[in-house]
Amino acid sequence: MTRLSSGEVLTGILGAATLGVLALLPLADQGYYLSLAINMVLFAALCTAWTLFSGPTHYVSLATAAFYGLGTYTVGLGLDYLPFPVLVVMGGVVAAILAGLVGAATLRISGVYFVIFTFGLAELVRQIVSYTQVKLSSRMGLYVFTDFTERDIYWMLLGLTAVVFITGWLINRSRLGFAMQIIGNDETVAKHSGIDTAKLKIILFMISGAFIGIAGAIIAPRYSYVEPPGAFSPMISFLVVIMALLGGTRKLWGPLVGVIPFTIVMDIVSVRFPNDTSIVMGLAFLVIVYLLPDGITGRLEQFWAYLKKPRAAPEAAPVEERA
Amino acid sequence: MTAVALSVNGARKAFGGLVAVNDVSFEVREGELFGLIGPNGSGKTTMLNLISGALRPDAGEIVLSGTRISGMPAHKIARQGVARTFQLVRMLPAMDAEHNVIAGAVFGHRRLWGAQAREAAHELLALVGLRGREHVPVAAMTYIDQKRVELARALASDPRVLLLDEWLAGLNPSELNIGIELIAKLSEQGRTIIMVEHVMDAIRSLCGRCVVMNSGRKIKEGNVEDVLADPEVVEAYLGDDDDA
Repeated sequence: MTRLSSGEVLTGILGAATLGVLALLPLADQGYYLSLAINMVLFAALCTAWTLFSGPTHYVSLATAAFYGLGTYTVGLGLDYLPFPVLVVMGGVVAAILAGLVGAATLRISGVYFVIFTFGLAELVRQIVSYTQVKLSSRMGLYVFTDFTERDIYWMLLGLTAVVFITGWLINRSRLGFAMQIIGNDETVAKHSGIDTAKLKIILFMISGAFIGIAGAIIAPRYSYVEPPGAFSPMISFLVVIMALLGGTRKLWGPLVGVIPFTIVMDIVSVRFPNDTSIVMGLAFLVIVYLLPDGITGRLEQFWAYLKKPRAAPEAAPVEERA
Repeated sequence: MTAVALSVNGARKAFGGLVAVNDVSFEVREGELFGLIGPNGSGKTTMLNLISGALRPDAGEIVLSGTRISGMPAHKIARQGVARTFQLVRMLPAMDAEHNVIAGAVFGHRRLWGAQAREAAHELLALVGLRGREHVPVAAMTYIDQKRVELARALASDPRVLLLDEWLAGLNPSELNIGIELIAKLSEQGRTIIMVEHVMDAIRSLCGRCVVMNSGRKIKEGNVEDVLADPEVVEAYLGDDDDA
């Protein structure tokens, strides 16, 4: 728990190498593939950030769109007054504050209500933003003009994804990470073992929400005009859940396995059959829940365990051993 | 006379019109193995839940080694040094035995981490008779072994007071003997233990003093032999036909 194992060092080197190769991608292509890559890196950051909280706790959050949209809007509103990096940080802070409020209000209640509450909250935030904007100004959206190219946005998102991964890895090694695993297993045991379950869940939800807000802030310049239906689209929340579940949420890199194929599929579908994306999402959800409840990585782990099993049968004679 | 480890003064808990614990007081001394007995529905488990913070008392106070713990949330009471097992064994099902026990060592009264926590877990698993089974997933264990893991987890926080909620229930006769020996061993090591129990043989052979509850009230307190011979206690048990 304290020193690095050789496996962790190897993973770190592999991760850094992968990051280096991915960072070179925009030099090869600036058109379609870069655009697709931005989507992938965006959802890699979103899904991994989502999994930081929802993976260990099994609380399904549909508030992603709210955090993401708040990040986008922070940039849109502040761009004339403050430098972009400050706004990115602010986007994260605003999202974290909202996550803290939601957490304080809902995380003491059980999972089902949490799903509904977060979904309702995202919609509410969207409506409030629309309403305020129509009341206070004449137009529906905000202009976001910057000098950033697609390349810059790609690099920023790639950096963010790396930070999310490192954060997740640090959490997993910490007491916080172990506490979250215990909470996910049995919350009653967690409480009676001395874990302040409500506080830790709120902290983790805030960390997760902050990263989602930052992703929304970074992506804002990509759309020169942002408006609530796009920035707070519930599609974002659903896509994140589907991709993360497809990949599997037990491991930090699990969601990635879902993000890569699903982004490509969604891209093809939205070009060829632009009106049928919801059908694809619905079908994908059914398939995942029925066939891959633990995601692709969960299936792989089961397969792995199955291959290793035959040599050990530890549970044959339980009573003989004496204290 | 040894110091008081836990004192309960006038504890009360009602669920709507049903008073589950009604003005109950008793004291448990350091190193004592204290029994909490009574027929079904007499409020024993509720009493245990009040001590561990699963429920908050409506009135009265509970003091642990000089610190008032009644009113605190469960995790704070755990950190003060109260550990418990559950009537229906509660495991962390996705983890192995070792991590189930480490869970108790990391966050509770003791707060160990890393190699120290693992070492403590291994020692305790050996103590409860699970040496060499550290990496077995608890989901693949038998009922008594899960109970052993749960006991080791409770011990891992090095609690001032250990609460056992019918830890012996559901064991077959040979397992029962193993279980009684194990609790006796913990008591010899100086642990302060409060056990809620239906198995009268276990209470007789293990406990020095006990409290008898009936319909939420304390009806008797004292040495086990005297208490179990008391006419009122006998009547409480015999008058209740779904228990013995």
